[in-house]
Amino acid sequence: MSEGFDWLFFFEISLAGLGSGGLLALAGLALVIIYKATRVVNLAIGEMLMMSAYLFFALTASMNLPVWVAIVGTILSSGVLGALIERSMIRPMLGESPISTFMVTVGLSSVLVGLVELIWTADPRRLPEFMPTDPVLLGPAMVAPKVFYGFLISAALIAVVLGVFRFWRGGVALRATASDQAAAYSMGINVPRVFSLSWTVAAMIAAVAGIVVGAIGGISSTMGVFGLSTLVVVIVGGLDSVVGALLGGLLVGLVEAWAGAYLGGEYKVIATFSLLLLVLLVRPYGLFGTHDIERL
Amino acid sequence: MLQIEDVTLAFGGVRALNGVSLQVAPGSITSVIGPNGAGKTSLFNTISGFYRPKSGAILFEGQDITQRPAPQRAKLGLARSFQNIALFRGMTVLDNIKLGRHAHLKTNLLQALFYAGAARREEAALRADIEERIIDFLEIDHIRHASVAALPYGLQKRVEMARALAMQPKVLMLDEPVAGMNREETEDMARFILDVRDEWGITVLMVEHDMGMVMDLSDHVVVLNFGQVIASGTPKDVQGNPEVVKAYLGSGDVAQLRRQLTGAASPT
Repeated sequence: MSEGFDWLFFFEISLAGLGSGGLLALAGLALVIIYKATRVVNLAIGEMLMMSAYLFFALTASMNLPVWVAIVGTILSSGVLGALIERSMIRPMLGESPISTFMVTVGLSSVLVGLVELIWTADPRRLPEFMPTDPVLLGPAMVAPKVFYGFLISAALIAVVLGVFRFWRGGVALRATASDQAAAYSMGINVPRVFSLSWTVAAMIAAVAGIVVGAIGGISSTMGVFGLSTLVVVIVGGLDSVVGALLGGLLVGLVEAWAGAYLGGEYKVIATFSLLLLVLLVRPYGLFGTHDIERL
Repeated sequence: MLQIEDVTLAFGGVRALNGVSLQVAPGSITSVIGPNGAGKTSLFNTISGFYRPKSGAILFEGQDITQRPAPQRAKLGLARSFQNIALFRGMTVLDNIKLGRHAHLKTNLLQALFYAGAARREEAALRADIEERIIDFLEIDHIRHASVAALPYGLQKRVEMARALAMQPKVLMLDEPVAGMNREETEDMARFILDVRDEWGITVLMVEHDMGMVMDLSDHVVVLNFGQVIASGTPKDVQGNPEVVKAYLGSGDVAQLRRQLTGAASPT
């Protein structure tokens, strides 16, 4: 560091990190919603996100629908897919041990990867451009437009989701179910519907994340590894904490960006999982998690 | 009001309930008693819809509700409390009580977004109703904004009852309402239970181990043992019933038992 620290570079890297952190937070939010309502750790979140990206690809590139129609179509069909997954694979596991349900989601991720490779082959693809392409200047720092708009989309969607769950009674039903299923059930809350709703909403959120991630980096059948970082995000933040997912997302995004810039791209994953290890050593329930999480 | 007809509930080979029939008369306080493991809580869970009986029927106001899921039964007017308090921890007392009205709120998401006015009016009416009646009645005004997790046990039980009342039930089911309470708390709760019936006209069905309270409050007592009804009637009838004494104290003649024990202990 004889030439002094390049603050502008650091600032730009940090902005890029926050950008991908926003997406991680978004996917983390989807995971937390599912965990809160159904106590299932959904390892297939990355693959659900990938599936949605491919649905978007099919609607735009293959069927030539306008982008906005395709976005709405992708979100809706992903929601249906989420509900189908819950009904056909998760609901029958009710009452089974958490590890069994967890393994079902592991299987689900393989099934989704297989489906995508059967239909679209394993070749990477590019999504059509739909975001403005002019570079964005924040003060002296330049941010890649896709990262910038991706962050805006993530932030807006997170705000909408939080608002809906705060003010809509369905959100109250979700919180009640998360707190005590039996009590919620006896209180007239339709717990099975809350389960189904949580998977639907989570799948829709993951769809948006999938479209943006795909737009930034292209899509391939391996983009589900994004889900691994998401898992780190929610474990760092606390599996059942929405705030934890949001801050955890930003934190992991920043750490990945810094590690990638200063240590080299191959250190990204190492840095992420070192962070996970560190947090687990100090706070086994995550930064904001409650203390009664079951062991897997 | 509530009619249980020949209900059998089995978990694998274990019959938790075996041909149980009982009636809860409108406006009565009916108690279900029995030794541990007699099937009292299983009966409660079957009535509120958590368990489906293998055979038999449950009738609520003459309507067969055996196949109805729990939330629908809640809407019809069956509210319950739990043996090991099931409050929504992390929420305030008021939030918990407000959730009790969930079954009766009709506003859905679209309406909530587009007709905020109607939703707010409903909310306001709900608040007034709850605050005026239930909180005053159960004397929990001072803890309205407290987090339920931090409350002492006796008050948690009271909040749970408040939440059940907020459902505006026709039948209030209480699973061991005074378990673990001291004398004073028990007396308060007994008074509340009587008032719920007398002032609010709500029928009460409870499971309780505190015999003093059961005998003082109940109009009708049903005794379960090993999943079967072994006696029912007024508190007086039940107290004198030899079957009931046997279920609680064990069977056999004490002198005979003593002979058996000494016989077994002495070397042959």
